[in-house]
Amino acid sequence: MATPGGTNRASHSLDKSITLPPDEIFRNLENAKRFAIDIGINTRSDTQEADGEPLYEISVQEEITARLHFIKFENTYIETCLDFIKDHLVNTETKVIKATGVDKEDEMSCLIKGCNFVLKNIPHEAFVYAKHADSGFRFQNTRPDIFPYLLVNIGSGVSIVKVESEDKFERIGGSSIGGGTFWGLGALLTKTKRFDELLQLASKGQHTNVDMLVKDIYGGAYGSLGLTGDLIASSFGKSATADKEFSQEDMAKSLLHMISNDIGQLACLYARLHNLNRVYFGGFFIRGHPVTMHTITYSINFFTKGEVQALFLRHEGYLGAIGAFLKGAEEDNPNQYSWGENYAGSSGLMSVSPDLNPMQRARSGTFDMLEMDRLERQLVNLPLLQDPSSYIPDTVDLTEDALAREYWLYCFEEALDGVVKRAVASQKDQPEAAERAEKFRQKYRHKLQTLRHQPFAYGSLTVRSLLDTREHCLNEFNFPDPYSKLGVVLFTLCFLFLERPWLVDAYNQWVERLKGPPHKCALFFVDNKLLLRGTEVVLASNSGPALNDVTNSELQIVTERIAAMDPVIQTAVKEERLILVQSGSSSPCLDLSRLDKVLATVVRERGTDLVIIEGMGRAIHTNYYAMLSCESLKLAVIKNSWLAERLGGKIFSVVFKYEVPSKAQGLH
Amino acid sequence: MELNGYHCAGEGCAEAEDEDTAGPELLRPAGGEPPCSSAAAGSGEKAMADGPAHRERRISNSTPARQRLDSLKKSRPPFPWFGMDIGGTLVKLVYFEPKDITAEEEQEEVESLKSIRHYLTSHTAYGKTGIRDVHLELPDLILWGRKGSLHFIRFPTQELPAFLQMGRDKHFSSLHTTLCATGGGAYKFEADFRTMADLQLLKLDELDCLIKGVLYIDSVVARGPPECYYYENPTHPENCQQKAYNLENPYPLLLVNIGSGVSILAVYSKDNYKRVTGTSLGGGTFLGLCCLLTGCSTFEEALEMASRGESTRVDKLVRDIYGGDYERFGLPGWAVASSFGNMMCKEKRDSVSKEDLARATLVTITNNIGSITRMCALNENIERVVFVGNFLRVNTLSMKLLAYALDYWSKGQLKALFLRHEGYFGAVGALLELLNSS
Repeated sequence: MATPGGTNRASHSLDKSITLPPDEIFRNLENAKRFAIDIGINTRSDTQEADGEPLYEISVQEEITARLHFIKFENTYIETCLDFIKDHLVNTETKVIKATGVDKEDEMSCLIKGCNFVLKNIPHEAFVYAKHADSGFRFQNTRPDIFPYLLVNIGSGVSIVKVESEDKFERIGGSSIGGGTFWGLGALLTKTKRFDELLQLASKGQHTNVDMLVKDIYGGAYGSLGLTGDLIASSFGKSATADKEFSQEDMAKSLLHMISNDIGQLACLYARLHNLNRVYFGGFFIRGHPVTMHTITYSINFFTKGEVQALFLRHEGYLGAIGAFLKGAEEDNPNQYSWGENYAGSSGLMSVSPDLNPMQRARSGTFDMLEMDRLERQLVNLPLLQDPSSYIPDTVDLTEDALAREYWLYCFEEALDGVVKRAVASQKDQPEAAERAEKFRQKYRHKLQTLRHQPFAYGSLTVRSLLDTREHCLNEFNFPDPYSKLGVVLFTLCFLFLERPWLVDAYNQWVERLKGPPHKCALFFVDNKLLLRGTEVVLASNSGPALNDVTNSELQIVTERIAAMDPVIQTAVKEERLILVQSGSSSPCLDLSRLDKVLATVVRERGTDLVIIEGMGRAIHTNYYAMLSCESLKLAVIKNSWLAERLGGKIFSVVFKYEVPSKAQGLH
Repeated sequence: MELNGYHCAGEGCAEAEDEDTAGPELLRPAGGEPPCSSAAAGSGEKAMADGPAHRERRISNSTPARQRLDSLKKSRPPFPWFGMDIGGTLVKLVYFEPKDITAEEEQEEVESLKSIRHYLTSHTAYGKTGIRDVHLELPDLILWGRKGSLHFIRFPTQELPAFLQMGRDKHFSSLHTTLCATGGGAYKFEADFRTMADLQLLKLDELDCLIKGVLYIDSVVARGPPECYYYENPTHPENCQQKAYNLENPYPLLLVNIGSGVSILAVYSKDNYKRVTGTSLGGGTFLGLCCLLTGCSTFEEALEMASRGESTRVDKLVRDIYGGDYERFGLPGWAVASSFGNMMCKEKRDSVSKEDLARATLVTITNNIGSITRMCALNENIERVVFVGNFLRVNTLSMKLLAYALDYWSKGQLKALFLRHEGYFGAVGALLELLNSS
């Protein structure tokens, strides 16, 4: 699993080590209780390999916070790493060191384990690559069921693996024409000896100078077969007949097309034979290289006429390391938990165009990080979602909407000072808080800058992901709850008294509805406000702190106090008609496809027939368009003039959205 | 007017003609026209399909038969009889040389026709690059009531201008013959044929022609080496040998045509087929890459180099990575894990010979075709695979490799079949269309 991609920067990587000292990269190793090291296949089998400097991958699990750290770095760093391990860890007996790439039989199963893990746990992990689209990436929603799928791993050769369940996979085929063929033949045909220089070369070439096209044979298209004139009839066909010199760029391009098309064709034949339509591509040939993602995508589209989409993974390069880790951690049963990507600690996807942002790419080529937080509870879909597979929490995709992206990035940058101030204020008793807050500011600003250039770095960019990134960065510098000293302020639904007209006004319909039979059970996602009324109420609040949102534990205290004052609530609590449940989220926004399993159970058991989602983050930035299978209320006051304007209203406009599913939809 | 005779009212009736060589005497030429207007019964298609089988229908001067005979004579195209397949790399030409020409016919034969016939049949090489594959010649063939030899000629598509010039010099156009042509070049060079040689092309679909040609040739080859063969014991090199195969009832059939590129067809009956897929990694890729990697310039040269090389120095095998078989996934140690994989490493690049590179190129292209073919066969649920195309010409290495690969990876389910006239079927199919051209 060596990653020759990015390795050409080996010569530059030494100066990188000055700007990014190993101490920071490996800072997490110190607290680690478990390692997994993934050493590339080319390294092992090809010790004298001089051209590619393979990457090492390290995964570490922190003892206390249950966070996974995966680091990829070039072998210029391996000594630093080993020194670090020697200095800090050698005498610690609890550490388990796992290495893939040693036991070859394990390699594939690690890869598959890693793949299953990221597909299940990381939203927007998989994407379709569209070269000519605005962003280049179309991220896929996490699916309730990831199986079965086909994984086409393009290393030096190609392995085609059918994955049917967590433990069941089969190598159904493969091909010897793979990344090694591109690299080996490329090195023979051109003066370029490094893998990504060959790719660079290819991206500048014209394959039509080397390949024999249908139109070179037919003079045009082969109409009766629907073969267009530009189709390659014979790869390298012109170099057999034309007695001339061919440019290196052209030959590299022709080679790239030949290999990508061939792999795509075989993948399609296997997908068809096994009746699979989800095909993920990985391996060093793919690893973040826009050129190969494009040619593979093109090939798949051509051979399946669009029936199968080529899918790629954001964390493809980590699969082996993740799998190795999971294997080593089997006694802890990591699959029983849900995990989340930590945006603060992960370096994100590199730029689409290698030329667009060379700095960024050089960084990724040097090392790459992925951090995953283990969440306390298992996350599942809200059972009341009309169609879980098509549910998209976010209202606006900022990856697609450039105007909105500009605005929100600006907005978050503007708000940074305020957040820093509040963070310091929340820890007045700690003198170094200011310093940490400053570090937070730098880190978050850098994230915002990265997102400006690469909005796709962490999947689709949304207001939610911007908020979450901020929370993660705050946590990173030990500001778990900058609002804690503000106390919990309870508001009533004061907006009901705000002057009409409202932006979205279904209040009258709602009042009408209240005259009808009472709801059996209402599920209420709260932010910082509380509303209690009749029937049974399930109050779902955040499991962890985010912004000034009320957390479950805070809500517990508040509810007790209110109950002491209000006999209605007291009775309701006593009779368990009012219960408090964690949502499983630590975000100011709400992803209904990742909710606490307990909440889902309660919702199902109590026959919940009304969902109230409240607040900007939960009802506007997310879930505004969410379709539920029961009645729902989405309530918010638009506290942002830009957004209000965009929605056609003014600041402090009220959204009161009452939705009743049509009969047919409500049935399931 | 009618001249050369013929007594066979049956369709095609190759066998009938064979038995009764008195044919030409039956009808005497009546006029001074060239011996070219007689007709055979039925269509070319029927000729190939029903040819040898229908003895009982032959003859008879009964009235209906007679009438048919007359009409056939009328529809028989004038000489010369050509079929052409203009591919990306090679032009394939089949020429029917009538051997039953009577003295009178000879006398009447126009000069240009005689000159063409003489030129083609008295040489085995034309210019520097044109070749007549003498070993493939089909003598004593009865076509549309005429007995003669079918000649197989090829030259590089690049030389087409020289060919057209020759056609012009020999006044080919004065014969008012239709030139049946298939392959992409029939379309690409149609205007050149018209302007340079004043020739009108009848353009035909190359896959239609390919299938017609295969079925026809297989049906008419009765003597000599078998047209269709396979390799017995393909996985045991020491016992591996050619065996004749009877292609009489071939359907369903996967037909893999390896020219510059590759087309894979599923054939369900003589006129029901579909193109399953194709790949651009074909004969052109082998030769193109060999030219670039070794500096060779011809297919024969490339093959010769390949025969002396060792691909395992270039390719990375499963055993190079796993030390032996990769048992869990059923991969034998000798299987190629990465074609040209060893060439990622500088020292290995420096230590391989051109012969090794040529061999690796051949093995890579051949195995890939085998692999795609096998997947198509599985998807289409077809067990018989016929490989044709000029990539296989004098290329026993590739044929044995294909036979091996198909047998090994399908665990004996798939059979690789080969045809002796490898690359000429398209041209033959084009020739057969000549009858329908008038």
